[in-house]
Amino acid sequence: MIVETQIVRFDSLLLDSGATLAPIDVAYETYGELNASGSNAILILHAFSGDAHAAGVSHNDGKPGWWDNMIGPGRAFDTSQYFVICSNVLGGCKGTTGPASIDPATGKPYAMSFPVISISDMVRLQKKLVNHLGIERLLAVAGGSMGGMQVLEWAVAYPDAVACAIPIATTSRHSAQQIAFNEVGRQAIMADPDWCEGNYHDKKPPARGLSVARMVGHITYMSDDSMREKFGRRFRQQEPLPNFSSVFEVESYLRYRGSQFVDRFDANSYLYITKAMDLFDVTNSHGTLAAALERTKSRFLVISFTSDWLYPTYQSLEIVSALRGRNRDVAFCELQSNYGHDAFLVDVVEQSELIRGFLASTYREKVARAS
Amino acid sequence: MSTAAASLNPQSVRDVLGRKDYAIISEIIEPNTRVLDVGCGEGELLHWLAVNKDVDARGVEIVGAKVQRAIARGVSVYQGDIDQGLADYPDEAFDYVILSQTLQEVRKPLKVLKEMLRVGKRAIVAFPNFGHWSVRLAHLWSGRAPRTKLFPHDWYDSPNIHFLTIHDFESLANKEKWTVERAFYLSSDKEVHALPNLIAEVGVFLIRK
Repeated sequence: MIVETQIVRFDSLLLDSGATLAPIDVAYETYGELNASGSNAILILHAFSGDAHAAGVSHNDGKPGWWDNMIGPGRAFDTSQYFVICSNVLGGCKGTTGPASIDPATGKPYAMSFPVISISDMVRLQKKLVNHLGIERLLAVAGGSMGGMQVLEWAVAYPDAVACAIPIATTSRHSAQQIAFNEVGRQAIMADPDWCEGNYHDKKPPARGLSVARMVGHITYMSDDSMREKFGRRFRQQEPLPNFSSVFEVESYLRYRGSQFVDRFDANSYLYITKAMDLFDVTNSHGTLAAALERTKSRFLVISFTSDWLYPTYQSLEIVSALRGRNRDVAFCELQSNYGHDAFLVDVVEQSELIRGFLASTYREKVARAS
Repeated sequence: MSTAAASLNPQSVRDVLGRKDYAIISEIIEPNTRVLDVGCGEGELLHWLAVNKDVDARGVEIVGAKVQRAIARGVSVYQGDIDQGLADYPDEAFDYVILSQTLQEVRKPLKVLKEMLRVGKRAIVAFPNFGHWSVRLAHLWSGRAPRTKLFPHDWYDSPNIHFLTIHDFESLANKEKWTVERAFYLSSDKEVHALPNLIAEVGVFLIRK
């Protein structure tokens, strides 16, 4: 399946901060066919560093999508049955308007003059895209990590537009620990002299800072077990030397992932998006989590993973408990995995089974019956 | 199996799911109601009820692998333990709360029954009858913890931690002032009408506060 990212331009978007972005571009991909009644559409929401290329093989660089093991013919999100959409988030750097985009007022990149954005701004922009594609009600919204936060926001903000919601390895709001890790990443970028208060676009980017930020991120995505399995205490070279030229496998891996990230991600996007995650709280104006989730009309499938210490199961259970307290239709399962937070991306056999069955029954009960 | 169940009428439920108590339960439950199955296993009964009676079906189950199969079957199941698993639900969230062949396994049966009658308007409780003559004889003749067709486990690896008879349940209902709306007694594939505490292998009770 060769796919190509498309761009749609909207006139403007009013943000939670009161600022308006105009015009605004959204990069997206679609897979499968929308049926005649428009009832088989699924919106996939990517995690922090993801993009619109969720599945298939990219027309540009031949790379598979970030959730290609979950989306495709016969997969969990079966593109022979469903029409699947994924877009790059607001503030991103993969085609959707973000801090690296050109500000029409100045003709230069927005950089740090880009307005502060929120998860609900991201969702509002996705709603514009979904409307643009002619879809009134989504069969499902699904995503892990930051994608899961957007799932919750979708279900609360647009209760009539979401038949089922699948938040995976996520939270209704960041804990102090999660904010702390994000802050280390932001400080690493801002401490890099090449960051230049964000104005690095005609110079060299803050590669060292961004790379360190990514290294910290990668540690939080793995688990003690998965790191022991993958690296142990092995060295890159045969004999360890008593000096700094000795490099553990884990060090080498993190440096590689860090440097690779610099080529594909914008440092200012890192700042804006992590801040949006930290500021997110689905409770917001509703008082309590239960009151916020009372607005929802979707079925929920909540999934967490045993070894995920970045988004631990207790955070999923808070969501589940609030939904049950309001007698909402919710299924919950904590899947066994050693892969830590990365599990939702890599350990997908059981996750696929759950989602496949859940989507099929939702389609049968909530969509087919109504039409 | 699940797709076969969908095409069959309620009378054949015992053949399809292989459980006599399921046949009774599915007969009790009115269509288009809200049903919670506590200790729902892989969600076979809930799935059957959703397909055949259009019920809004939910379940609670502790074993992760069973929860996975239930959700894969399309049933909304919550992974959690029964003794605490009902606390989140508001009062009268369900028309029926089912506890099938599990009462004898929970740590605090009375607490669970009271919770069932809080979150549900009615409770359906099915349990193996420890008063069955085979159990009495096995205990009398062997002088040991009885092992029978109905209670096949050795005492040290049995999931059953409370042993109750049909009379025990009736007297508890009486003491708690629960109304027994219907009671069914089963032995093999037949309903029992006389001496249930001696002859019935399984009791199925529909109760309310």
